[in-house]
Amino acid sequence: MKSGIAEVLEVHEKGRRDTLIPILQEIQEKEGYLSEEAVVEVGKHLDIPSSRIYGVATFYNQFRFQPTGRYHIQVCRGTACHVLGSATVLEHLEKLLHIKAGQTTRDGLFSMEIVACIGACGLAPVINVNGEFHAQVDAEKVAAIMEEYRKREETL
Amino acid sequence: MDCTIEVNNKKIEAAKGELLIDVLSRNGIRVPTLCHMKNYLPSGSCRMCVVENLTSGRLITSCSYPVEEGMRIQTHSPRVVESRKTIVELLLSNHPDDCLYCVRNGKCTLQDFASEHNVVERRISGKKNDHHKDLSSASIVRDPDKCILCGRCVRVCEEVMNVSAIDYINRGSRSVIGTAFNKGLNISSCVNCGQCILVCPTGALSEKTHIPEVQMALNDKEKMVIVQYAPAVTVSIAEEFGLEPGADLNGLLNAALRKMGFDRVYDTSFSADLTIMEESAELIHRIQNNGVLPMITSCCPAWIKYAEEFAHDMLPNLSTCKSPQQMLGAVIKSHISEMEQKDPHQIYSVSIMPCVAKKFEAQRENMTHRGITDVDAVLSTRELVRMIRLYGIEIDKLEPETADSPLGVRSSAGKLFGNTGGVMEAAIRTAYYKLTGKDLVNFRIPEIRGFKGRKETRIRIGDLELGVAVVSGLRNAHLLLEEIRNGRNDIHFIEVMSCPGGCVAGGGQRVGCGESDILARMKTLYTIDDQETIKMSHKNPEIIELYREFLGEPLGHKSHELLHTSYIKRDVML
Repeated sequence: MKSGIAEVLEVHEKGRRDTLIPILQEIQEKEGYLSEEAVVEVGKHLDIPSSRIYGVATFYNQFRFQPTGRYHIQVCRGTACHVLGSATVLEHLEKLLHIKAGQTTRDGLFSMEIVACIGACGLAPVINVNGEFHAQVDAEKVAAIMEEYRKREETL
Repeated sequence: MDCTIEVNNKKIEAAKGELLIDVLSRNGIRVPTLCHMKNYLPSGSCRMCVVENLTSGRLITSCSYPVEEGMRIQTHSPRVVESRKTIVELLLSNHPDDCLYCVRNGKCTLQDFASEHNVVERRISGKKNDHHKDLSSASIVRDPDKCILCGRCVRVCEEVMNVSAIDYINRGSRSVIGTAFNKGLNISSCVNCGQCILVCPTGALSEKTHIPEVQMALNDKEKMVIVQYAPAVTVSIAEEFGLEPGADLNGLLNAALRKMGFDRVYDTSFSADLTIMEESAELIHRIQNNGVLPMITSCCPAWIKYAEEFAHDMLPNLSTCKSPQQMLGAVIKSHISEMEQKDPHQIYSVSIMPCVAKKFEAQRENMTHRGITDVDAVLSTRELVRMIRLYGIEIDKLEPETADSPLGVRSSAGKLFGNTGGVMEAAIRTAYYKLTGKDLVNFRIPEIRGFKGRKETRIRIGDLELGVAVVSGLRNAHLLLEEIRNGRNDIHFIEVMSCPGGCVAGGGQRVGCGESDILARMKTLYTIDDQETIKMSHKNPEIIELYREFLGEPLGHKSHELLHTSYIKRDVML
């Protein structure tokens, strides 16, 4: 079976450096993240050093370098959420899960990402876990929410 | 000179399109810069070189601004000076305050600029950088805390070396210079050339020092400590002691090393001669037996690692000869150990090199023979200078001494190894003798001398017309290899040195030396070649003696065991 990386590269012309970002986006779409293998393979395809590709990819918030966890948390850092304390929410989540945005917990259960605005300003501060929206969260609430997901996992 | 501009109320001539900073420096006006490098594309990232454009009323970066007719410039107006000072203060705001503990203390451009701009109090305080030091490499230490993100290392790594082991990662205030996936340099494509150290304006990049290990060995009464120094080292330290740049301190260095307590002092130029004996024999063997051609030299450890990563299709082309450093190391731990009746484990072998990649080379697995390492510690020229000072030696007050025998006599051909083209010239002289039985009358080969990054010539030896090419700077090597991959077949022998100009400009040399210093070193090596009587490696009496007494024949059994090596394809993230 062909890997997702190979499938993406197949439809892009070799050596076209200007296609770097679309290629990375497509690979992340397919694989969920950019692996070392992906960076190296894209580098070979486009003749760009892997350090350069990593540099470009880390410039943008959208790329991640670890597979997403079973529960993928999007923390909204849009204006409305910011005004109502999303920075504290993010900080608490980071402490709670021992990961930073863009990373995945060691057990592979949770991963976290910062998003600009998910268009639910009325619910601010809001987080989105695998499509489930949690409204007006604060430090206490996120702890309870995470606990709930952990329990859900245990009962499975 | 087709346009006139006004600088500090004085008219000066310039050529249209020329960069302002070049015009200023030609007219004796020094503009501070942290990121600009001569002969590179401008980057304009540090903003230290701003000058006031009176025509537009703006501050412009002189390193990236082309001259325009009628421009009016102020280079040190109050606004300019204030702006430069603020830049320094901002750079210091997150910079560690540990200058006294920094390897570049006293040799740091940022420190100099802070002093020049009278930064004597902290006006702006910020969160200090807090990154991990990268100690993973055998040759280079990276301290991202001290990095000011000027990008010089990134550019030299890409533009000169074609390696691109490092780049800017992350964004904005979180930006750092790092490798792919921010891993250690040891598993990156870094070839350890150390050119990044030479261009770094701060202490963010330095060599992995071996001084403590060497001191420990010197203090150990049981150990016999033997030192060797590379050809380029003796012509590269004079300016550190207030002497004329490029002056040859060979005799003084021998004396200084003995004063430090080294038990034997040998000259790596001797084993450069040895390398030539083996390498020329290998070349002739390849030519006469339809071997893989072109043969490529293997003295430069950064080039070897580069080939193992980027050009593993060419590994069969590499000469199997170890570098002079490793050859001498191997002879010390075998022949000398026998002669001195010392257990090789009781011998500590130190080399002094203009190079940091040699530190990596000494640790290569196949540089250990039956559990005995050829070379135990490698000091760069910079570390040598520090040690001379540490031991309180006033080198200019010493009496010159000669190196120890039997590995102390060298030909001037071996000495030429310090220059780009030197290995080639030495090899041709000996190959010529081996093929024709006669010595080359015109021993100088001017076509392959000088600083140029790529030199080629053809030499007639009997019926054979030998095509040779010399490259320095790994990008030049890459371009030549591409030609060969595309079918070029008129070259028999290639010399590659990673650092532009060769070892005289190596990554272990003094930081901050200019082109004129490097040319002075180069010139001295050629002068030595002109003045000395033994000009060919095969005429070195101690080489002849070593083969007669110990090694037998070039490419013989013992040579094979001690003086030759093999290469592997390296799997790194390219």
